[in-house]
Order: sequence, then C-alpha cells, then structure tokens
Amino acid sequence: MQLFGIEVEWQPIWLTLEIAAMTTVVLLVLGTPLAWWMARMKSSNKVLLEALVALPLVLPPTVLGFYLLIAMNPNGMVTETLSWFGYEGQLTFSKTGLVIGSVFYSLPFAVQPLMHAFETIPNRLLDAAATLRASFLDRFRTVVMPLARRGFLTAATLSFAHTVGEFGVVLMVGGNIPGETRMVSIAIFDHVESLEYAQAHLLSAMMLVFSLAVLMLVYGLNRKFEVKVG
Amino acid sequence: MKTNHLKGNLTLDLGGFALNSGDFNLPMSGVTVLFGRSGSGKSTLLRAISGLDKRTHGQLSFANTVWQAGKQHRPTAERDIGFVFQDAALFPHLSVRQNLDYGIKRLPKGKAPADFDQIVERVGVAHLLDRDIGFLSGGERQRVAIARALLMQPKLLCMDEPLSALDWRAKAELLTLIEELVESLQLPVLYITHDPMEVERLADQVVVMADGRIQSVEPLTQLLNRADSPLFDHQGAVSVLQTHPLESGGVSQVRVADQTLSLPGSRATKGARPSQRQLSRVRILARDVTLALEDPHKISTSNHLVATVAELIDQDDHSLLVRLKLADEQTFFAEVTHDSAQRLQLSPGLVVFALIKTVALNR
Repeated sequence: MQLFGIEVEWQPIWLTLEIAAMTTVVLLVLGTPLAWWMARMKSSNKVLLEALVALPLVLPPTVLGFYLLIAMNPNGMVTETLSWFGYEGQLTFSKTGLVIGSVFYSLPFAVQPLMHAFETIPNRLLDAAATLRASFLDRFRTVVMPLARRGFLTAATLSFAHTVGEFGVVLMVGGNIPGETRMVSIAIFDHVESLEYAQAHLLSAMMLVFSLAVLMLVYGLNRKFEVKVG
Repeated sequence: MKTNHLKGNLTLDLGGFALNSGDFNLPMSGVTVLFGRSGSGKSTLLRAISGLDKRTHGQLSFANTVWQAGKQHRPTAERDIGFVFQDAALFPHLSVRQNLDYGIKRLPKGKAPADFDQIVERVGVAHLLDRDIGFLSGGERQRVAIARALLMQPKLLCMDEPLSALDWRAKAELLTLIEELVESLQLPVLYITHDPMEVERLADQVVVMADGRIQSVEPLTQLLNRADSPLFDHQGAVSVLQTHPLESGGVSQVRVADQTLSLPGSRATKGARPSQRQLSRVRILARDVTLALEDPHKISTSNHLVATVAELIDQDDHSLLVRLKLADEQTFFAEVTHDSAQRLQLSPGLVVFALIKTVALNR
C-alpha cells in the first residue's frame, strides 16, 4: 500500500501493536495485584515501592535497557530460570525480551492509575460487602473493579500507548531485527540515519496521529465514566 | 425464646491503639449498646466481634458457635450477622434494589432471605427501589442500609453509630424505626453510640467502654440509677420511665404507676403512623423536676407525679439529687439546691409531688 506516494512499511507497525498489546495484558494481570497491595499498604515501605515503580519515568531508557540486557543475557539467571519452565531460546534480541523490557518500562503507567483508583475506594464498602457474604475475589470483582473502571481504562490505554512510543529500551534489548524486534520508533531512527526523510515523515506522522487519538480517548473515557464514591 | 450469649475476650492491636476487651459474656436480647467516648474502642470491638479485622486475637463465641479461637477465625460471611455502618456504606455503582439484592444473591442454598416486600415496606424504602444511591437523603440511605442487613435474616444486627451523620429529624424518625424493628423482629442488636440520648431511648443493656477495655456491663435501669452514671453529661442526671401509651387524639399521654403523664406531640413523628409499641420510654432530666409538698392547682405545669423520697445524694456544693420512687418501684431523679431541700425538710420516706412541664419530656 502507498500513502502520499510512499510505500508504507507494515511490518514494524504490526510488530509494535503486537508487543504493545501483549505488554498491556501482562501489565494489567501483574499490575492489578501490585497496585492493590500498594494502595492498601500502611507501612513506610510504601514510599520505597512507589519510588521503585516510578523509576522508569525518570531513568534514561538506555539505563533501564542496559540493566535489562545484562539481566537477560543468554547465560544469566533469568534465562536459566525460564528454561526450567520450558522456555527455549534467548531473551535478548527477541520478542519475549521486548515484552519483558516493555513491562518494566511502562510499569508506572499501569500501576499508578490503578493504585490511585484503588485508594479512592473506601474500606467500609468492602467491609459492607463482606458482611453481605461476599468473598475477597467476589468483593474485588463486584465492588472494586466497577468502581475502579476508570483506573483500568487509563492504565490499559496509557500502557499501550507508552509501549508504542518506546525507543531506548527497545534499542538496547531488542536491537533492529526486521520482523522480530524492529519497532516503529527504531524504523524511524533508521530512516533518518539513512537520510530517507520521506519514510521517516510518514511513520512519524502516523505515530503523532495515533498518540493524539489515544490521549483523547483516555480523557474522553475519564469524563464519561466518572464514578462518584460516597 | 432462648437467649443466645456472646462471650469471649478479644484483643486487637492497631499500632497506635490497642483493644483489650477483658472477659465478657453478654446475653443477646433486645438492644445492647456499646457506649463510650470517641477513641474508647467501641468500633474496634464491634469490628473484632464481626470479624472485619483479621488482626483480631482471642476467644469469641455466639450461640455456642465458635467465631474466634486464638488467631483462627470464622469469616464474617459465615457469622450470620447484619451490619449497618455509620455512613450506610451503600454501593454507589448500584441502584437501591441492586444494593438490597447484593446480600440475598449470596445467601447459602439452605438459607431463605427475609420476605422482601415485607421488609422493604416496614423499613420504608419501597418507594426508593429504582432510585440511584446518589439521590438519597441521609435518612433514606440509612434505611436502605438497614433493609439490606435485615434481608439477610441475620441472627445478630450490628449498628455502628448509624444516626451520627443525620439531622435531628431523620434521627428521630430512625430511632422510632429501630425501636419498632427490635420489638417486632425479636432480633438482638449490638448498637454503638456516644450519645447518651440514644442509649436512653434504645438500650436494654449497656456495655461501657474506655481505653480499649470493657469497664462495665449493666442493664440500663441500673446504670441510670447511679448518681455518677457515665451517661450523665452537661445536662446532669437523667431518668427513664417505662410507661404504657394511651390511645388519645391530639395530646399524647402515657400511664405510669396508675398516674398519667402528658407528652408533647412530637414534631418529628407528626403525620407518621402511630407507634404499635407496648411500652414507651419517657426521658426526664433531673433539673426539669420541681418538688412540692402539696399538689399545686393554679400552675401551668400539668404533670404532677406522686412519689416518695428514697434517697438524698449530695452532688456538689450547692445541689443534691433526690431519688424518687413511684408506686410501681420505678425511680427517677430530681435535682434541687441544698437550700430548697432544707426548706422543704426533704428526707427519705416523705411523699412529694414531682412537677414536670410537658414540654420538658421527650420520648
């Protein structure tokens, strides 16, 4: 397919969407219990955890990527551990490694909105549900999730969008293997390096429009799903 | 009906505050009020009793079922209790009807819910069923919370300061409702309050708490009999008489010890259906009682109770409490100055007329 006379490269786009989607799913599954635990935490350890979760916000992505590269080296502990569970192959310069890196990179974008949503849910509502014979998982499903739905929507959209926009971590952990680890941001970098400005323009414009649309979606949903607690 | 006992000894360390109840054995019939100042541990004790705080330690059993043994505890869901929270704790994302259905849906197979229409009608929420929680008044929210708890057919109803967030009118209406429910459903209630007025209206038995510990457990009449009762606040001594309501139009009247008392027509319950209760409590402040040696006729005060002086209790430098006994053995206090007591030569055994203005009485 051609757009404005330029051939669109679909491969990096599909790969980016695929990795962002997988990352979002993993983040919601792991981030929900973590955010719940942190939201109900009273001890001073909470400060440390909050700082750790927020770290990817301030750390240069290359630093995060560097450490992940070291951690996931083919003879390292992480790869060894995974191989016991039947994982074949290496983590660095592979899709799996990219997803793991993205999960760390986008962690605050999933955990922070979830944690804030959970914090606004009064304990007495959970107590009330308990006196009405609801088990913990039942309470979580029927009281917490509906009241925190804005948090879930924000967490999902932001994790997805932020993963789409990552560059430094991808470069360090994934490299630039077409069809395997070459995501949109890398492709743009590549084009600019090779002075292929037309290609870079097209991909950049697509990213710009996509990001704007996602952010508008988030803010729109926030307005629509406002939940009054009280 | 067999009375179930709630007995045990619970501790709960909250870091800055520790509950250490001491041994208790409470017969659960009628209304048991947990009374104490804020910070005395009443809410913590109720949370420990209902199993809402997992850090609870100790022993607890109700109706011979063990609820807590050491750290082992029976989950709240399996304790057969209803709980009404201070601010109703209704689910804001559900309608009134969905809130009421929440517990019914989770009842175990063998346990039938209470008659929905009957409870909803009795508690006065039938017209609210399809409303959104956000559009309810404070009193309406609390009614929905009460109905939600009652529909579970609990064996024990726990109420944690259910009236403290309400205005006086809603408070008066709900007090009447709770009195009626307790009488008609024969459901034991554990009720928390720091308001002596609510204690005097509702309590059969009072558990006084301070510093995380149970100080005393006494029937209300006994607690009010003490001149230094913890229920007495800045208004001084208070007495409660058990009376029989009389059918009459306009003025409300009650009978006590073969004498008639006139009560003010309550503003709060005006237009409400007449109370179906057998006994009605009348609350008298000792400072509102005037004593006379003979029955004055040309006086606006319309309640003249014949009573016998039982005891004179020095209170402070200028006043004393006179314990008065009615023919049916019920007692109440009058507060008079030392000067007046001397002038009237008050002494035990003396028959006096206790004069109480109608407007000074409340039910």
